[in-house]
Amino acid sequence: MSSPHVLTPGSSVSNIMLTVLAALIPAIGAYYYFFGPAILISLVLASVTALAAEAAMLQLRNYPVKYFLTDGSAVLTAWLLALSIPPLAPWWLIVVGTAFAIVVAKHLYGGLGNNLFNPAMVGFAVLMISFPATMTHWPTPLMLSQHPVGFSETLQYTFSGALQGVKLDAVTMATPLDTLKTQLNLQHAMGEIKNMPIFGSFGGKGTEVIAAMYLLGGLFLLQRRIITWHTPVSFLVTLALVAALFNGIDPGRYAPPMFHLLTGGAMLGAFFIATDYVTAPTTPRGKMIFGASVGFLEYVIRVFGGYPDGIAFSILIMNAAVPLIDAYTQPRVYGHDTKPE
Amino acid sequence: MISAILVMVLLAVVLGAVLGFASIKFKVEGNPLVEKIEATLPQTQCGQCGFAGCRPYAEAVAAGQAEPNKCVPGGDNVAKNLAELLGVEFKPVGGDEGVGPKPRMVAFIDESTCIGCTACIKVCPVDAIVGTTKMMHTILATPCTGCELCVPACPVNCISMIPVGQNIATWKWQYPVFELTVMANRRPEK
Amino acid sequence: MRTLHKFHGGVHPPEHKTESSRLPIAAAPLPQRLVVPLRQHIGNPAIPIVKVGDHVLKGQMIGAADGFISVAVHAPTSGTVSAIELHAVPHPSGLPDLCITIEADGEDRWTERQPLDYQTADPDAVRALLRDAGIVGLGGAVFPAYVKLNPDQQKIKTLILNGAECEPWITSDDLLMRERATEIVSGVKIMAHLMQPEEVLIGIEDNKPEAIAAMQAACQGTGFAVVTAPVLYPSGGEKQLIKLLTGKEVPSGQRPINIGVLCSNTGTAYTVHRAVYHGEAVISRIITITGNVTKPQNFEALIGTPLGELVQLAGGARPDTSHFILGGPMMGFDLLNHLDAPLTKAINCVIAASPALFPPKPAAMPCIRCTQCAQACPCDLQPQELFWFSQSKNFDKARAYNLFDCIECGCCDYVCPSHIPLVSYFRYTKSEIAAQDREKMAAEQARQRFEFKQMREEREKAEKAARMAEKAATAAAAKAAAAASGVEDPITAAKQAAIQAAVERAKAKKAEAAAALPPSPQPSPAGGEGVNNTEPS
Repeated sequence: MSSPHVLTPGSSVSNIMLTVLAALIPAIGAYYYFFGPAILISLVLASVTALAAEAAMLQLRNYPVKYFLTDGSAVLTAWLLALSIPPLAPWWLIVVGTAFAIVVAKHLYGGLGNNLFNPAMVGFAVLMISFPATMTHWPTPLMLSQHPVGFSETLQYTFSGALQGVKLDAVTMATPLDTLKTQLNLQHAMGEIKNMPIFGSFGGKGTEVIAAMYLLGGLFLLQRRIITWHTPVSFLVTLALVAALFNGIDPGRYAPPMFHLLTGGAMLGAFFIATDYVTAPTTPRGKMIFGASVGFLEYVIRVFGGYPDGIAFSILIMNAAVPLIDAYTQPRVYGHDTKPE
Repeated sequence: MISAILVMVLLAVVLGAVLGFASIKFKVEGNPLVEKIEATLPQTQCGQCGFAGCRPYAEAVAAGQAEPNKCVPGGDNVAKNLAELLGVEFKPVGGDEGVGPKPRMVAFIDESTCIGCTACIKVCPVDAIVGTTKMMHTILATPCTGCELCVPACPVNCISMIPVGQNIATWKWQYPVFELTVMANRRPEK
Repeated sequence: MRTLHKFHGGVHPPEHKTESSRLPIAAAPLPQRLVVPLRQHIGNPAIPIVKVGDHVLKGQMIGAADGFISVAVHAPTSGTVSAIELHAVPHPSGLPDLCITIEADGEDRWTERQPLDYQTADPDAVRALLRDAGIVGLGGAVFPAYVKLNPDQQKIKTLILNGAECEPWITSDDLLMRERATEIVSGVKIMAHLMQPEEVLIGIEDNKPEAIAAMQAACQGTGFAVVTAPVLYPSGGEKQLIKLLTGKEVPSGQRPINIGVLCSNTGTAYTVHRAVYHGEAVISRIITITGNVTKPQNFEALIGTPLGELVQLAGGARPDTSHFILGGPMMGFDLLNHLDAPLTKAINCVIAASPALFPPKPAAMPCIRCTQCAQACPCDLQPQELFWFSQSKNFDKARAYNLFDCIECGCCDYVCPSHIPLVSYFRYTKSEIAAQDREKMAAEQARQRFEFKQMREEREKAEKAARMAEKAATAAAAKAAAAASGVEDPITAAKQAAIQAAVERAKAKKAEAAAALPPSPQPSPAGGEGVNNTEPS
């Protein structure tokens, strides 16, 4: 065997994936605290579906099933998708989304390491386009809900699609971003809207804490050197700058930067989705271009577009540009273009 | 109406000028295809393609008078590169099975048998044989392309082809045998 | 304290230096038989200048330098040449190479040694001495030192002595610096005298405090600066060390001399001192024997000593030893032909490997583009892209992405979470491209020779035609003159005689050709045709 003969102890694909999963746990905890147990059921459903789909695809493609199943990449895709879609939804929603992500977006493109588009975001986009109504039924934060949904009720809803004695509208509501857009369209003023109970100090009530937990998890990943600062920083700075610009032009119509940073999928996207190794650029400059573009598109789609949030579509659009970005941002190699003395 | 026509005419003139300028500025000298084909050929000058050397074969291929899969020393690699260059479908050299490039050989003269007839010197395309009338001949291994033209030319059958062995200077690293798990565990494909 | 300039990337593999650095350098006993390879340096192998049966003396030249980039090899002890043949050598290919085998007579008698006063001698004389003493870079590249130490090529600003020794396990330079700092510094003085640099820097990683102290003491009053650098593999790589100490980068495809820097290994400086002050050629070196042996230690051993004997000196390999690594764990290679291979100038370490010390690599996963390799690469390359191109044998792209700037240091492999043997792919692609380039060059030369031959044949034909035409014209003129005068003038008579002679010669030639045929009892038809072709037309 050729050199080198030593490897970094403990370094493996599954270790990386497990670290990322661990970094998601604080946010999941906050999610549970503010929105009840639906997210846990949704995560379990997604994980089981992802593993089953992954195993089936590996088997069909003659890959060693056990070796690849334990790499954790399928579970990560499942978690990212589950965290992006409404947790209080019929079981088939998450199952269809996850299965599509694993089967089509991942394995039909060549499996781990070969997919052009982020599987979780492809799953999200498919659900968003196919089942737009279901995809907007977000649970009401427990503190605002007249009828907090418990564990057994959630299970009941997930598998039967109905709740006894309670209307779905009573336990779900639009997201803060959605509410903001609707209210602005009704010509209400920003100050007035922000006083609605759904909004918290910066973003949405509850969701702003979850966003902060994503930030915390992201910082953990940075500290563990799983991700580099380029993508999240350029993403969040661009989003904040564009938001500040519009907010400065017309504070009555455009929300302040803090609101944009702490609502929707901004933090999740910046630290966990736009940093996905396989579908993001590899060069430092490329990562910054990618992050900045996603941040910009995110703002454009969520403020001017038809969808409540733009994270999935902005990332998918930029995924398509990754090979180009990589090709044009190759860093300077040692000994090339050295300055003459 | 008039303005529309004027605009179209103006556009035509401007674009035509640009095209004309480009054709002068970026003019390509000669027939680059022949050069490219010749650069792909192994230059053994063996004539196994039916032409008198690599250049005539390259010219014939460029003119569409010869198939790009006639180069025996180059094997399928050269045939593939030529097919790619010409934008035609690749056909293996010498039938459907195809042949890889032959192992590199050099000619060797058994000096005790050589009669010094200069027959081989005359046919060697690259002047790799030294010797003169009634003197023993020998082959310079470095310029020898292994074309085998000298083998039938020898009246006393004293020329043989010997393979060029591998030594430390010409040794190559192998494609990693421990391929990705993916490959190793894959069932053999049909 | 000098400011250091960081190079990109780098890794911190476990050092494992103390295993072999606890004991002092021991002298290896004289082996019975020594095998000296003729190719121990970059460039042309040396040409043997002794015959089987010759008696040689210790330090006597047995292989002479062949061409510009080449150096001599010498008999490591006195004895009899018993063979000049292919023998196993330490090389990643496991292929044998031409070696001279010497049976030691046990007397270890030196040949005549001639020291040189380098301060009064002509620089070319010093360089010739270095070439004939077989001095090469002992850091691993084994580039002939006399080629490097050429004051005519360019003014040198910085002379760097590389004592970084960043590879794990190896301690041969460390121990050499601890024990023989004065001699090393003396060697550096000789190099400095030849090259006249503005500054001399001695770079040492800070995990060798004893070596640093010894070198600092030896450098007192010389103006040489000992610079300590934090431990970071591969700070001992020539390009990385130059960047670290001077902030300059060696331009791609060029040598450090192009930016006025010369880098030399500590072992090389030591051999320069031995050659100039004592007239001794490179016939021994320090080698670390470590890993899964009972008594890891450094040895001063003769070139040509079988590596197996050195492993025995270190107490022998433990029973669970699976294989041996030559060089360090990051850049060394497996010894394929077991321990028959002899010690050469390039070998600085033998590591006995066991599954416990060097666990087998887990199966590789697909590349997930995590870019940990790119972050670790000391050359700022993008190994994940190079891997992609190497795996698909897209050689042009690999070259365009600067594969040839890769120094094969192994950092990318070391950090890869997918355990992909990246360096193996890069080595494969590099040697494949090099072979293609060689073939291209051979094809180009063949084309030129072919065209020249065609041109020559054309010219000969034209010349012949011209000669014939001239002859015909003279003959016609003579005939006309004869007809006019009606007498057979002497010119025509001479002409006719000449023609007659030519005809005779042609006949004789024909007869000769016919005589040449018989030796082959049954001339093949093809052969017959060949002969016909040779007939003068």
